[in-house]
Amino acid sequence: MTKSQQAEYDVCIVGSGAGGGMAAHRLALGGARVVVLEAGGWWDNTTSNSAMLRWPYQSSQRGSSTPDRPFGEFDACVGGWELPGEPFTRAEGTSFSWWRARMLGGRTNHWGRISLRFGPDDFKRKSIDGLGDDWPISYSDIAPYYDRVDDLVGIFGSAENLPNHPDGRFHPAPRPRCYELCVKQACDKMGIWCIPARLSVITKPLNGRAPCHYCGQCNRGCMTNSNFSSPNVLLLPAQRTNRLRIITNAMAREVTVNSQGLATGVSYINTATGRDEHVRARVVVLAASACESSRILLNSKSSQYPQGLANSSGVVGKYLTDTTGTDVAGFIPKLVDHVPHNCDGVGGGHIYMPWWIDNKKLDFPRGYHIEVWGGLGVPSYGFMGGIERYEPGGGYGAQLKNDYRRYYGSTIGFSGRGEQIPNADCYCELDPTVKDKYGIPVLRFHWKWTDHEINQVKHMQETFRALVSEMGGEVFSAMPTKERGYGIATGGSIIHELGTVRMGSDPKTSALNAWGQAWDCRNLFVADGGSFVSQADKNPTWTIMALAMRTSDKILELRKSGVI
Amino acid sequence: MTERRDFLKFLAAAPLAHFAVTALDLEEAATKTRETLEKLAERGQQYQPKVFTPAEWRTARVLVDLVIPRDARSGSATDAKVPEFMDVFMETRENMRNWMRTGLAWLDEECNKRFTKTFVDCNDAQRKAVLDDIAWPRRARQEMQAGVRFFNNFRNFTASGFWSSQMGVQDLQYMGNRPTAQWNGCPTPALNKLGVKYS
Repeated sequence: MTKSQQAEYDVCIVGSGAGGGMAAHRLALGGARVVVLEAGGWWDNTTSNSAMLRWPYQSSQRGSSTPDRPFGEFDACVGGWELPGEPFTRAEGTSFSWWRARMLGGRTNHWGRISLRFGPDDFKRKSIDGLGDDWPISYSDIAPYYDRVDDLVGIFGSAENLPNHPDGRFHPAPRPRCYELCVKQACDKMGIWCIPARLSVITKPLNGRAPCHYCGQCNRGCMTNSNFSSPNVLLLPAQRTNRLRIITNAMAREVTVNSQGLATGVSYINTATGRDEHVRARVVVLAASACESSRILLNSKSSQYPQGLANSSGVVGKYLTDTTGTDVAGFIPKLVDHVPHNCDGVGGGHIYMPWWIDNKKLDFPRGYHIEVWGGLGVPSYGFMGGIERYEPGGGYGAQLKNDYRRYYGSTIGFSGRGEQIPNADCYCELDPTVKDKYGIPVLRFHWKWTDHEINQVKHMQETFRALVSEMGGEVFSAMPTKERGYGIATGGSIIHELGTVRMGSDPKTSALNAWGQAWDCRNLFVADGGSFVSQADKNPTWTIMALAMRTSDKILELRKSGVI
Repeated sequence: MTERRDFLKFLAAAPLAHFAVTALDLEEAATKTRETLEKLAERGQQYQPKVFTPAEWRTARVLVDLVIPRDARSGSATDAKVPEFMDVFMETRENMRNWMRTGLAWLDEECNKRFTKTFVDCNDAQRKAVLDDIAWPRRARQEMQAGVRFFNNFRNFTASGFWSSQMGVQDLQYMGNRPTAQWNGCPTPALNKLGVKYS
């Protein structure tokens, strides 16, 4: 061991995203000496050459995607679906996509900033409809943490008092865009709730961060830290305590344990040198993203833990879920010949539609929310492709040039994001033979949607097409058939994997207790989406951060009392 | 372009009588001038295509301007350096090089069939006769489908390059990509046009 690794930290956190970043922040500010291991490289929105305010014509690629930035060359996130040397496998008959970010802050660099609290019902679904499982906590346990996350990170929204969509402590929300007012008009006619969005973008100064300047490029890495990403809102401020060390290019291999079965630290590979390293810590927190955390546990085998660490229940890797998704775009004639204006706003919709129906009236048990897109975006590669679908049907020359001008901004899109119920056919496990370039066994995924999700997505498609129709518009693509799952997105492609190290009240059917603490190993915790018992009709990130903060409070408390 | 302006100024300044020219001489001179200027312009071009062959380059330059010509509001696709954009973009994309090569070859083959000339050597009416048969997918004949597919791709590619150029962005009157102190929402003329309002 090198000299630098002889130090023993109070806490080692694997992963620097929403959960890891929040845990690092809370623990360092709470007095613990923390080390964070991040598999990817360094990133700082203010200094790492963010592409914010770059014009497409400043690049020969005009904003299109590149191998290491599949979401677009200007997108902040370094990572991919297929990482060279870091494969994953799928069981026969399984379709599954697995996104890996590989940079400080992880997925918080490219996410949509949609920040929705789970509601009271979302923690007690089995009690309500008999499906899935209840959480070992309820909304009242997590509400104070949602409040603290709102205050620390910042979020805009509006007080609406809608059942199961709890209001937060909101900054003022920006008004809807032109096309969003058209959507709201249609929603009002159809009885669909349509309210201001709830995004982790600040519209007032907060903790030394400037408010949003409405350039619409949140995903490029905000140079003024006006939106949430883990490096600039959590990690760098936490470093000012001088109690946080961040080690990048550190791919965790396994958690090491002693003869008492307690965690002693984390073995990792320095990806720059290829050498094996080890960091010692009194407490280990896994926040590598749900599947990666379960992979680390499954690879942390020892005589005390033959099935992997924290896995005496056998649930690690199981109860894997993702958000359901489908999209419909429509041409809206009344948006033709738009009035030119700056339509950028924040980097996301200014409105959204929270789940509004009682599922007892429907043929699927859980809900979804609707995201909206469209407007006058910055012209980039792919601008208005497929114009031959619009009247007069193609052409060239002066007529075509004018058509582009007239049709610019006349497309609106809807994306559904719904709740999947955990099922026995969706899980990950270690592949029996395949290893990655570091010699670490990779994950093999199993996946299957059920009618619960497929019927829900059918409802999304029908609703979106009805909305387009209500706006006087036309959808160019036919409704996908049942054989294609009504257009349900591939599992994993919405990038909301949850549940592979789930918490519970029974150590026989869960890996963690209500605090995210491993039943089998009291100084091991999980602070990412792996701990979730269920999805919701809401995105998980805000809940990941609230739970990470709560778990960190518990770690500080247990340290203080000498338990760990 | 300055060469052209200077030349015209010279022509305007010198009375015809001085040179005892005929109408035929003038027509010949005009053709010669155009050819000279084109050669000058070509030599003045810095860009050397890496993907397009010289013949493909000439074809693509004619074709992009037929797709997006100059008009009162903005320049043409070549003015916006769309062919240069295409060449660089295709360098790392084999599938695009494939359809571009195949498509440009198809175009020359079709023109050869009809007019025993390549696309570039055809006159304006001849070029447009072929384009009219492939630019409108809904009414294109069955035997034109290869051309239709090519032209859909080429039109998309030209649009990508033109509208994302500085010239294109300005033509569209895109007003974003700048920091603003406040979000002004939907402007009143747009509210009125759409029949919506803020509550």
